[in-house]
Parts: sequence; C-alpha cells; structure tokens
Amino acid sequence: MLKFNLYDIFLNIIETIFKSQNPPSAIRKYAISFTMEKTISKNKSFSTNGTSEKKAPSKRIEVLKTYKIYIGGQFPRTESGRYYIAKNSKGEQLANVCLSSRKDFRDAVVAARSASKGWAARAAFNRGQILYRIAEMLEGRKVQFIEELMQQDASKAQAQKEVSLSIDRLVYYAGWCDKYQQLFGTVNPVASSHFNFSVPEPTGVVAAIAPQDNSLLGLVSIIAPIIAGGNVCIILASESKPLCSVTFAEVINSSDTPGGVVNILTGKPSELAPHFSSHMDVNAIISTLEDKKLNKEMQEKGADNVKRVLIYDSINWFSAAGESPYFIMDTQEIKTTWHPIENIGGGGAKY
Amino acid sequence: MAISTKKTTAKPTNGSPKLKFNTGWEYAPAPESKGHIQLKDRYDLFIGGKFVKPSSGNYFDTINPATEEKIAEIAEANTADVDKAVKSARNAYEKWWKKMAPKERAKYIFRISRLIQERARELSVIESMDGGKAIRESRDIDIPLAANHFFYYAGWADKLEYAFPNRVPQSLGVAGQIIPWNFPLLMAAWKIAPALATGNTVVLKPAETTPLTALKLAEIIQESGLPEGVVNIITGFGNTGADLVYHNDVDKIAFTGSTEVGKIIQRAVAGTNKKVTLELGGKAANIIFDDAPLDQAVEGVINGIFFNQGHVCCAGSRLFVQESVYNKVLRKLKDRIETLIVGDPLDKNTDVGAINSKSQLETINKYIGIGKSEGAEMFQSSCPIPKKGFFCRPTLFTNVSQSHRIAQEEIFGPVLAIQTFRTDEEVIEKANNTPYGLSAGVWTDKGSKIFNLTTKMRAGVVWANTYNKFDPTSPFGGYKESGFGREGGVHGLGAYLKY
Repeated sequence: MLKFNLYDIFLNIIETIFKSQNPPSAIRKYAISFTMEKTISKNKSFSTNGTSEKKAPSKRIEVLKTYKIYIGGQFPRTESGRYYIAKNSKGEQLANVCLSSRKDFRDAVVAARSASKGWAARAAFNRGQILYRIAEMLEGRKVQFIEELMQQDASKAQAQKEVSLSIDRLVYYAGWCDKYQQLFGTVNPVASSHFNFSVPEPTGVVAAIAPQDNSLLGLVSIIAPIIAGGNVCIILASESKPLCSVTFAEVINSSDTPGGVVNILTGKPSELAPHFSSHMDVNAIISTLEDKKLNKEMQEKGADNVKRVLIYDSINWFSAAGESPYFIMDTQEIKTTWHPIENIGGGGAKY
Repeated sequence: MAISTKKTTAKPTNGSPKLKFNTGWEYAPAPESKGHIQLKDRYDLFIGGKFVKPSSGNYFDTINPATEEKIAEIAEANTADVDKAVKSARNAYEKWWKKMAPKERAKYIFRISRLIQERARELSVIESMDGGKAIRESRDIDIPLAANHFFYYAGWADKLEYAFPNRVPQSLGVAGQIIPWNFPLLMAAWKIAPALATGNTVVLKPAETTPLTALKLAEIIQESGLPEGVVNIITGFGNTGADLVYHNDVDKIAFTGSTEVGKIIQRAVAGTNKKVTLELGGKAANIIFDDAPLDQAVEGVINGIFFNQGHVCCAGSRLFVQESVYNKVLRKLKDRIETLIVGDPLDKNTDVGAINSKSQLETINKYIGIGKSEGAEMFQSSCPIPKKGFFCRPTLFTNVSQSHRIAQEEIFGPVLAIQTFRTDEEVIEKANNTPYGLSAGVWTDKGSKIFNLTTKMRAGVVWANTYNKFDPTSPFGGYKESGFGREGGVHGLGAYLKY
C-alpha cells in the first residue's frame, strides 16, 4: 500500500514537472528571441538616446541589466564610479561596465581572505558538490550565455561549444575536489621511527587575470581549479568581453558558493595587474596575458611577499591541455607532518 | 678545551625534584681527531671535471669559527668563471647527460652516495671545522643524511614517469644552485641529487664561509667518474651567486638562504623562462599544551632552537606555552639550558658549537640587545664559553609580545622567544601571525588536538611531539615568505622537471 502510494505521488510529481515545464521553456524561448531583437534596438537606443523606441515600438519596455562587479557575495558598483563601454567588433555598444579600481580590488581581497578559512575547511566532498552545483546553474542558463557570447562576436556554433565546454569543465573539476589529494599526497617511509605524510593544502588567496578571448571558458578554466583546491580568488574578467563574467557571477551567487570565495571584477589588466601583484595579502597570482612586459612586472612585484606567480600565456582552453589536476596543484602547498611512533617492542617512545 | 658541567639531584622543592648544578661531574675533553683528514692549502674552482684557477686570480680565506684560524684559501669566481662553469654544464648536458640512459645515470648517483659514506668521518670533521657545528651533529645528522639523499634520488632516475601521472616529464637543462652555510654538505646534496636524478646538469655555489665540504664533494664526484661538467662547483661571495642567477643560459635556479635574498632572486628571474625554487627564512612556532609530556616537550624545544646553534631556517624560535604549565616548563627549560655544553665543535660532548661567522655573531648579539631594549626579560646559560672563536650562550627571552622584533624577525641563532597562551584559537592566531611559514611544532598528548593544530598551522613542515627531523623521503619547504617548491621526496622532483 505504502509503496503504491509513494509511486502515485512520484507519478504525480513527474506529471506536474512535465506539465509545468513546457510553458516556461516556451516562455523562455520567446523571451530570448525577444531579447535578441531588443539587443539590437538597445544598441540603437545607445546611439540615439532612446529615439529608436518610436521607430520600433514594442509590446513592453525591456528591463536592461546593469553589469556590476561581484565582491563578497554582493553586486556593488565600483567604488570609483568609473565605467567603460563594452563594444562588439562592429563598434556597437553593449553595456556600461564597471572600471574597477585598486580600492575595489583591495575590498575583494578582504572579502576573499575572510572567506578563505571557511572554504578551505569545507569537506572536499562538499566543495565538489558546490562546483557541481555551479555547473547545474550554468546549464540552466545556457541560452543566456550563448546570447551574450554572440553579442560579443562569437558565432552561434562557437558560443554553444564554449558554453557546453564550460559546463563540462566545472563538472570535471567538481570531480577532482576530493581526489587530487590522494594523487599528490604521500605517506613517506622515513628511516626513523616516525609516521610521516604529505598532503596538498590551499595556498590561500589567489588573484587572477582571466583570458581575454574565450571570455566564459577561460574564466571558468581559471576559477574552477583554484576553488576546487580550497583557495579563494579575485578574478579580473576579460576587458574586451566582460558580459559573461558578470552573468557568471550570478550563476556562482545562486550555487551555494559562500560569498567571498569567488570575486569578479571588470576593468583594465594594465591598471589592476600591478596591484594584484603587489598586494601583501595575496598568496598567488595568475596571469593569462600575452603582454610580456606586464607579466614581467607582475613577476617582479609578486616577489614583494614571495607570491606564487603563474603565467598561463599559451594555453588553448578548448583543448585537453586546458584542464588537468596540475592546474589545481599550481595553487597548492605541500604540508608534511611528522609524529613519533612508539616502538614498544624496540624499546620505548622515541620522542 | 675543558668544559665542565656539574649536576646532581638536590632536595625536592615544591614537591618536585630539581637539578642542581654546583656539584658533581666534570666532562673530560673528548675531541675528534683531525689526523686523518686530507685538506689542501688552496682550493680552485671545480669546472668541467677539473680544478681550475679562477680567472679573477683572487682567493679568500675560509676560517675555523671556533679558533678563528685559517683553514684554506678558496678561489673567488668572477663573471667569466661563472660563464665558464655554465658553458661546461651546458656542454655536458647536451653531449652526454641528457642522452644517458636513466638507469646508468642512477648508478653514478648511487656511487656518489657510497663514496660519501666511505669518507663520512673525514667529511664530518671538515664540516665541523669549517662551519662550527658540533661533531655529534655533523657525524650523526649532516653527513649521513647527505649520503642518504643521493641514495634516495639515485633510485628515482629511471622511475620519473611514475611520479607525474599522465605526463612525460623532461629535464630542464642547466641548474644554478646557491646554498647557505648552515648545512653545507647536506644542502649540496639536497640540491645536486634531485637535479642529477632528473637529468639536469649543475653549477653549484656554496656559501663563502663553508666551501670545504662542497669542494671535498667535488673530489668525490671526480672519483665517481661522473662525466666531466655534469657537476660544477664554484666558490665566491654574493656577486658570484648573482652572476649565476643572471646568466642567460641557466634554466633553473634553486636557492636556499634568507628571504631578503630570495626576493631579489625572484625579481631577477622575472621575465625569463628560468624555473625557480626558493627555500627561505622562518620563525617557527613551537607550541606546548598543558597535557603534553613536558619532559619530552622541553627536550624538543631545546633541540628545536639550539640544534646547529640555532642556524636553522626551521628552528623553533618562538615558543608558546599554555599558561597553566608555563612556570613548570620555564623552570625545566632553564634547568636544561644549564646542562648544555657550549664549546669546541670537534668535542664529542659538545651540544652547541661555534657561531658560523663573526658577522653572524654580531647579528645575534644585535638581536639580544634589541630583545632587552624592547623590554623582554633575558635568561642565559651560565656556562663558560671559549675566549677565542665565535660563541653565544643559549639564550631565552620571556615577557615577549607579538610585536617584539625578537618574535617577528629571524635571528638565526640560539635565541628563543617565549610567549604564553590560553586557548587553541589564540595560539593558532599567534603562531600564524608571521610572514613566514616554514615549520611548526606541536606538543600535546591528545590526538585530535594534534590534527587540529597541524592542519591549521600555515607551514610546510609540522612536527608533532618531535622537532627538527629530516629525511630524504620527506618533502621540505615553506608557505608564504618562506619560499616555494619542495626538496625531498617525490615532491622534490617537480622542481627539476617540465611536465
């Protein structure tokens, strides 16, 4: 009886889901085509101060998104009040984007540092679940990302590929969260009467500059191994293609990732990279820039507090080389612990 | 030199026995013989498998810090010499070392290990003469560990693909290595052994105050038949090291030394393809909880700070004692310090040898002065110290606060700064409140507390209920400003490979 009842309930639920799913997805599709149409008119409205509204009257006025930055689980505007205009290759304006300042970065480091202890202390399994949750959230908002990538000059096929790969990459690193320790940790057969083992531990706060192309996949490929390894990060989005990064912050924000674990800024690498490198409460920096001069400056300034400086300047994020547990290990420290073994048969404690 | 230490057990005070030091035994001198060692008056640069005169024409003296007497003259390498050494290493790399079957490469490294073992006594005596460390330590720790390190890494040479899952590791080329004066031969082994096992060739620069065992190692390398130029050893001062760091044809820099110089090196290699590992300074916390086995803990603290005269980057130079046992621990510590024998490094009874150099002694004394002037309370052993040579009494400071320079800065001498704490959270905060992160120590009988503490210490090596233990299989290296990269174990291979 009980079984039968449960089965009934189950069927009901399935039915409800199916019934309720059709209308929303239909609405979503409609909404998308509508938005894409509106995006064009939005571009016009940028240049003509809203006069386009008269030329192409629509059923309702679209609610446009303010592209803000993401610090400590919140979406503030840059404290500097500055902005820059994101454009596509045709020069069409896409959005006003925050031109983050050094102060924004410093605020983000404070947020990251305070989130660091808790995130590192999470069970590896739990971190894996949260990374997987990020993938789930991204999957659910696939179309929005495809649209944004297309606004930023990707073809539809390219955009679809990039979004799918980004989701898969998150799932890939979700799986690594509780495995890399077993691969890169060791029990060391020391010659004295001690138990000795080495385990990877997160280095702490990582500041990274995301790849300029592949604005979603690159971002995800940098963030995922950092946080999979229990680190927290501040990441500067692609300067020329910043839209996805802000939308990705919304994905992170709705995925049980504690505030401060991932902080996303938009702005200029040439302005912020030196501050990333010289901040004394940052443990590691990652640059994906091809600018050799700026990379060198980052390496030099990074020495102020012996940062781990990583230059990922020639990685094809679409290839298999774009993902591996070695990316996780790049921001790990190896800790070795010793403890005496009481060798009773051999004659007493060897403290 | 005759050192007397007297002890006996006096009447119990406050219900527990107390050591009394004014009666009892005297230790007769027990010096290790220097008769069997072979030293030349003058050492040239070891380049291309031969000892060659420096193009600078300059030589400097290396002295015995316990007697201030000159032991030998050492060549000073200039830019041209460094270039010659790097060329020799490059040539050896391209010509044979890169192509040699890993199994054969391994055999040379095994040979070097065996030769070190055969000449262990000679090396121990020279190490103690040149650097001032107690013969007990060079004989039982430095030299055996150096031999073991070569033996351990030799075995890796033909197994590297197992160390990097899903990767094919490749050697880098020429490794430039700069080592400090606190463990001269052991540091040479830590650098050379993994570099050779991974198929790289080497230019090594030992410290100017302790070049002798590295040059004896050069003789051993000659004896081993290692192809010429695979290991080159060049002596000199900071300039020589800088020339090596800046050399365009060096693929890898491995440095052990101060954080200050480490930062300079990190800046110097910026914008190049040189791979770098840095093993830098430390200011380790050694933490005693009230449930710790106190006598063992006190032994561990003594070993933690006075081992090698405190010239140890991982020295337990900050002691944190839980308030409830503070008085007891302090009394035991002071009693134990009184029994330490300070003096002739070659004497087998000596616990604390000579400070490595005059300038280091000045640094230590400067910090002792700072400690006093900042308001901390000093206690020193009343032991006699030799009139000649560079010696420092084992010293501890109480009434120390976190902001005191003796609690913040690395002294690199036998000076311990003691603080107290009440709760686990408090001591974790205090212990981690340092830019360094090389090592830490925890003393408690409670297993869960050990793991709580060891996982929360931001340090690369954590000793629980022990201290200052080393092994070739055990990775060593720091967090934060104590550097990056590991030496020892499978993790030590990564520093010398592309993968």
